[in-house]
Amino acid sequence: MHLASPSVGGEAFFRLPQKRYFMTTASSSFIDRRTVIDWLGIAPFMIFALMFLIVPTLYLVMGAFFTPDGQFTFKNIADLFTPTILSAYWISIKVSFASSLGGALIGFFLAWAIVLGGLPSWIRSGLLTFSGVASNFAGVPLAFAFIATLGRTGLVTVFLRDWFGFNLYSTGFNLLSFVGLTVTYMFFQIPLMVLILTPALDGLKKEWREASEILGASTWQYWRMVAFPILWPSLLGTSLLLFANAFGAIATAYALTGSSLNIVPILLYAQIRGDVLHNPNLGYALALGMIVITGLSNILYIWLRMRAERWQK
Amino acid sequence: MKMTKFFAWLAIAIGLIYFFVPLLGTFEFSLRMRRGEYSFDAYGSVFSDVQFQQTFGFSILMALFTIAFGMLLVVPTAYWVRLRLPQMRPVVEFVTLMPLVIPAIVIVFGYLRLYNSSSYIPFTGSTFGTNVLLVMSYITLSLPYMYRSVDTAMRTIDVRTLTEAAEILGAKWPTILFRCIFPNVMSGVLSGAFITFAIVMGEFTMAALLNRPAFGPYLQLVGANKAYEPSALAVIAFAMTWLSMGLIQLVSRLSKMAPTRRA
Repeated sequence: MHLASPSVGGEAFFRLPQKRYFMTTASSSFIDRRTVIDWLGIAPFMIFALMFLIVPTLYLVMGAFFTPDGQFTFKNIADLFTPTILSAYWISIKVSFASSLGGALIGFFLAWAIVLGGLPSWIRSGLLTFSGVASNFAGVPLAFAFIATLGRTGLVTVFLRDWFGFNLYSTGFNLLSFVGLTVTYMFFQIPLMVLILTPALDGLKKEWREASEILGASTWQYWRMVAFPILWPSLLGTSLLLFANAFGAIATAYALTGSSLNIVPILLYAQIRGDVLHNPNLGYALALGMIVITGLSNILYIWLRMRAERWQK
Repeated sequence: MKMTKFFAWLAIAIGLIYFFVPLLGTFEFSLRMRRGEYSFDAYGSVFSDVQFQQTFGFSILMALFTIAFGMLLVVPTAYWVRLRLPQMRPVVEFVTLMPLVIPAIVIVFGYLRLYNSSSYIPFTGSTFGTNVLLVMSYITLSLPYMYRSVDTAMRTIDVRTLTEAAEILGAKWPTILFRCIFPNVMSGVLSGAFITFAIVMGEFTMAALLNRPAFGPYLQLVGANKAYEPSALAVIAFAMTWLSMGLIQLVSRLSKMAPTRRA
């Protein structure tokens, strides 16, 4: 926000001479026309946002509170708390939570390694470039990659069987399950964490480390009492972002498991395709539940990021 | 200090294994189509598939429309907000970030209910209308990336001075926009374009639910029906993502070099 103030000052400076020279006679109508033109400038954008983002979403949100014949009701929301739907939300939350936690932990260690680990600088730039690619490598192809690796005839599965006589699938592991989906999602979660957390770790000042060492703090004490309190808003905030990211994802899960794993986006997909819940307005409520969960985690993320930025100036 | 270095290398090693084994596995799997030896048969089979060519072409076309119309929407808006409506900045920025909050499947669900063939604006009533809706949905999805890259590029130029200079020289609005502002934020436009391209080429949800023959639904179909082709397609898709990101890096590096060259 601090960026906005100079441009506001510039605006006033820009307008002042015009007022003096042109507006002595018909000042009020000129202001009006100018204001109208100002607002017309972003009208295309606003119309676009209304038509293709806001109104469609509001339509679903409203629909969640009505019966098919247009009566106001809370029944759709109440119907979300039935075993099938509840279990879909529960699996979705579990997968999103596990993959964001795993992504956050491994991502943190990778970011730590390239920022503070004293590694050659080419590793840093290499990892950051790769993260940019891998965080965008999601969807259907990602599912294919993991089927080819950890599927029943995948590289790792075959390698373990032929070289170590170890049958991965006899341990109860299944790629088309909670664990499999979590491991797959981490492929785009970890890079996202690395990309967001690296600047935060860069913001840890050397002086803080030196000061704590001079005062006799151990490495553990430095991390626990100095670095971590500064980093936790970034860490937690990014984890929430990862959570929302995984919660809304469908393509990977759909290509990986078909419809065998009952997560919310897949249930909604089936509902849109063929009204499997036998109540279109319950489908709206399902969508509303998704918006609420991703919305809440994003709001918390934004709030935490504002807290985190205090230390990055 | 030695311990730190050890753990740093350990973290990198774990990351390397996690990220490269699936890529290696995919590549190896894609070569296994011919029994007993490695071959590129799966790639041959993919490239000669008529459906591959059609869906790939369709997605490229959609991506180009998305980029063109998206930029025509985003660049003037970002410019106008910086020049005339700085008080609207938080609102516009918030709107551009909304597609990250609302899942794609929810947005397309809304479209299907709001713009079906019996509504006031029946986008899905015709093939052309559905294609238009698909492009609009892609613009919505890539809005956060396009807006941010354009706005970042606009931060480095002095929009107000450029506009005033152009006005003094007698330029009209189209000239200011297309010959003055666009060329100056080209680096942002290009990096936004490449990331949009990567998003559109792999997108599944929108195209599948709007029933358009795009590359994403085709990938899913192949995955459900064939053994080796999916891996070959995954390798191709990864290469495409890599290419898009590589081009973004190249563009940002070139644009950083540009001012020094001028000086």
